[in-house]
Amino acid sequence: MDLEFTDDQREMIQAVRDFARGEIAPLAQEMDETASIPEAIIDQMRELGIFGAGIEAEYGGLGLDAVTYTGIIEELSEVCAGVAILLGVHNSVSAYPLMKFGNEEQKRRFLPNLAAGQIGAFCLSEPSAGSDASSIKTTARRSGDDYLLNGQKVFVTNGSLARYFLVMAKTDPDINPPHRGISTFMIDREESEGLVPGRKEDKMGLRASDTMEIFFEDCRVPATNRIGEEGEGFRIAMASLDNGRIGVAAQAVGIAQAALNEAVAYAKERQQFGKPLSHFQAIQNKLSDMKTRLEAARLLARQAAWLKDQGRPLTREAAMAKVFASEAATWITHQAVQIHGGYGFMKEYPVERYYRDARVTEIYEGTSEMQRLVISRQLIKG
Amino acid sequence: MDFSLTEEHKMIQDTARDFADKELVPIAEEVDESREAPLEIVKKLGELGFMGMMVPEQYGGAELDDISYVLAMEEISRGCATTGVIMDVNNSLVCEPLNMYANDEQKKRVLTPLAQGELLGAYCLTEPEAGSDPSNIKMTAVEDGDDYILNGTKIFVTNGGFANIFIVFAKTDVEKGSRGLSAFIVEEDRPGFKRGTREKTMGIRGSKTYEIILEDARVPKTNLIGEPGQGFKIAMEALDSGRIGIASQAIGIARAAFDRALEYSKTRKQFGREICNFQAIQWKLADMATKIESAHLLTMRAAWLRVSGGDYVQASAMAKLFAGRVAVEVADEAIQVHGGYGYVQDYHVERHYRDAKITELYEGTSEVQRLIIARRLIRG
Repeated sequence: MDLEFTDDQREMIQAVRDFARGEIAPLAQEMDETASIPEAIIDQMRELGIFGAGIEAEYGGLGLDAVTYTGIIEELSEVCAGVAILLGVHNSVSAYPLMKFGNEEQKRRFLPNLAAGQIGAFCLSEPSAGSDASSIKTTARRSGDDYLLNGQKVFVTNGSLARYFLVMAKTDPDINPPHRGISTFMIDREESEGLVPGRKEDKMGLRASDTMEIFFEDCRVPATNRIGEEGEGFRIAMASLDNGRIGVAAQAVGIAQAALNEAVAYAKERQQFGKPLSHFQAIQNKLSDMKTRLEAARLLARQAAWLKDQGRPLTREAAMAKVFASEAATWITHQAVQIHGGYGFMKEYPVERYYRDARVTEIYEGTSEMQRLVISRQLIKG
Repeated sequence: MDFSLTEEHKMIQDTARDFADKELVPIAEEVDESREAPLEIVKKLGELGFMGMMVPEQYGGAELDDISYVLAMEEISRGCATTGVIMDVNNSLVCEPLNMYANDEQKKRVLTPLAQGELLGAYCLTEPEAGSDPSNIKMTAVEDGDDYILNGTKIFVTNGGFANIFIVFAKTDVEKGSRGLSAFIVEEDRPGFKRGTREKTMGIRGSKTYEIILEDARVPKTNLIGEPGQGFKIAMEALDSGRIGIASQAIGIARAAFDRALEYSKTRKQFGREICNFQAIQWKLADMATKIESAHLLTMRAAWLRVSGGDYVQASAMAKLFAGRVAVEVADEAIQVHGGYGYVQDYHVERHYRDAKITELYEGTSEVQRLIIARRLIRG
């Protein structure tokens, strides 16, 4: 049992922390308001190399372990959860599936660019297919040396910034069970026509991050861009989400930490009835419960990351981390707003943004309901 | 970063698990119903080294670390919550303060037999007017030649019915509030030592929680632990560590309740299916397991901090606060999963529910834990 970071891990996390606090923090509120991330920030992230966080060094990445990665995501999320998810989706569900399931040629073709900061996205959900992922309708029909993709994806994070799109589509829409008909493709926007951006979503939170509708209109994709075999797409998607779960848990922890920090600071400063709020037990109780849940969430996320680094099974632990950390984050940010009283409702104070940002962590990359299904299935199976 | 267990830790865990399954699970119901402490079994725990786990070998202990203690406490408590508390009090509230503050003579005389389970210990702090507020303690210890004379009443003394050695906190200086407290070793055969009423408790019913009355009880000065006035510090440090034990006990009770709920859900059929096929039940099981895992990690963290010399005070308070609540909630849901049978003694989960509640109360109420956590958070 050892909960310390190594010196290398600490150094990397500190570098990101410095960057986040120095460069991103001053712009966080504005990014939320304008619903965009300045290119300068993305460039600085490229310079730091963190777009290659999880990509092995031989492909131009930093080859960081999952534990370090959760540390980085926490730091970014504490400052701007929208920036954190830009990296999170790029790394966990776009680059990672390539690392794990791509062939050597594909890895050499895509990973160095992804590591250098050509952004990746992940396209699974559709208007009629969210938790029920195997019911997607986007098709991929073989056409000579290519596939033609037709359909619509929604809730595509990084949809307007990305060059690379990992897309799940049905190569066999008629097979039973339906999930066996799904295949995975990496689409290079610079190479394929027919990938048409649709609406940009106007969101409650994580507003700096762009979330797009994407249409595929006879989008031509070389067969050499298919990841894995036909019919392996569902498995690839699920493995990617298992992995992404760890990042979302870390993101929730980061948001919650920011909220707790603000709540403690405010409680020490704000006086009512002749005393700082921190002197009242009702406030002390909230802060203690917030801190306790936050630490538990952090431990669950770190454990899931450690299991990944050890190459051990982590489905149950990752699901536990995600469901617990996300629900802790919504609770903690809720309490943080409450501690601020009326000021908690005002945009002048950051806690209302944390409250809005936290909410989605209970939903994307597998809703809390899906996490509970996964966990209970594992428990009952024994 | 490492969440694995060493070989030694695994061995302790396996030993405790086997012991719990063989010796404790079969008798837990009887212990609860008869309100008798399973002292013959506690003796076997002593032989395993589990009654003085962290005491140095030099004084007859197993010289293991807090992580081993957590792992063992979880398993023993899973088997029988009463046995868990007997073990916790002996380890954390009796052996640990002696280990940290007693002199060599006292250790040889008292700590060694306690560590080996030949003698059993109890901890006397709480009084009718002094629970969460120990500065209100009224028991006095007045110097008289080579002795101290102790006068007063202690309540809620877990293990009080059968312990041989009592760590007693009394005021050597009544002017000084909590700084006037001193800690004493009081053997049960000291003149003036008396057991008063036994409490009829909701749970941990075999643990024989007693009122202890000292009426002009004469105790030699060689029984003073540490210095006069150090009592409060000793008491609080014992509790800081004991918290980790109680958190572990809570987790053990929760695990027992969860295991039964899971098993029941896999066999009980209603509406043509095993109830584990219904989302309402699946959701409960998932939440129970997630809470237990979280409580376990918080407790392991507190243990690790103590082992590695870090500041474990806030961490142990968080572990106890959280694990206590988890135990109560998980036991409650376990009853629910059992439906009507959950209310029936034979199905055990109602005992887990009754046993769980104390973990939010003793060795520092949840309210006190929150004070401790908040104090450090605000201090920064």
